[in-house]
Amino acid sequence: MTIKLFGITREIVGASHIPVPDNQPLKTVADLKTWLYMEYPSLKQLKSIAVAVDQSYAEDHEVLGAAAEVALIPPVSGG
Amino acid sequence: MAMIKIVTHIKLEEAYSYLSCPEAGAINLFIGTVRNNAHGKKVEKLVFEAYEPMALKEMEKLAVLAQQRWHISKLLMLHVVGDKAVGEPVVAIGIASAHRQEAFEATRFLIDELKKTVPIWKKEFYQDGSSWVNAHP
Repeated sequence: MTIKLFGITREIVGASHIPVPDNQPLKTVADLKTWLYMEYPSLKQLKSIAVAVDQSYAEDHEVLGAAAEVALIPPVSGG
Repeated sequence: MAMIKIVTHIKLEEAYSYLSCPEAGAINLFIGTVRNNAHGKKVEKLVFEAYEPMALKEMEKLAVLAQQRWHISKLLMLHVVGDKAVGEPVVAIGIASAHRQEAFEATRFLIDELKKTVPIWKKEFYQDGSSWVNAHP
């Protein structure tokens, strides 16, 4: 699985994707966030990070399963 | 009917001509532009980035909500990506409806909600640096 990055998360990580190693059992959105904050502690400086699964906002309890596309959504600022 | 797009340049004449329709007695067109200052600093330009497929889906969800809540003849939502200089349009929200009340209300709803949920980000560039808007507590 790879995680798409945008805006400030892309700059913090220094890449437009994060590959998740296959040996990481990330079952839910919450598991994914815990792993991310461990691997990239500087993401904690952001006001919030939402997760999008298959291009929709996903709650912490949602299962990643066979998600085709996962992305981090830092605080939005369009308009 | 709705026109929802992520674009590199907003053409106001096209927005207005899309919204024009015989049954509408009101066309309300909101344009958000690049302001030359923020947090007491001089802004030189903005750069917009979008998660395009999801941004379009979120904009479409908002359009559906607006169309359920108000009687709308035509709805337009355009947002830019890329570099934008001071004064340039960056977002356009337009509603054509029978009367002005619903056009004002629906436009307000769409721009307010777009700012909350649509995955688009802006970075402000100043003389002495830059920052992603709204990213930090």
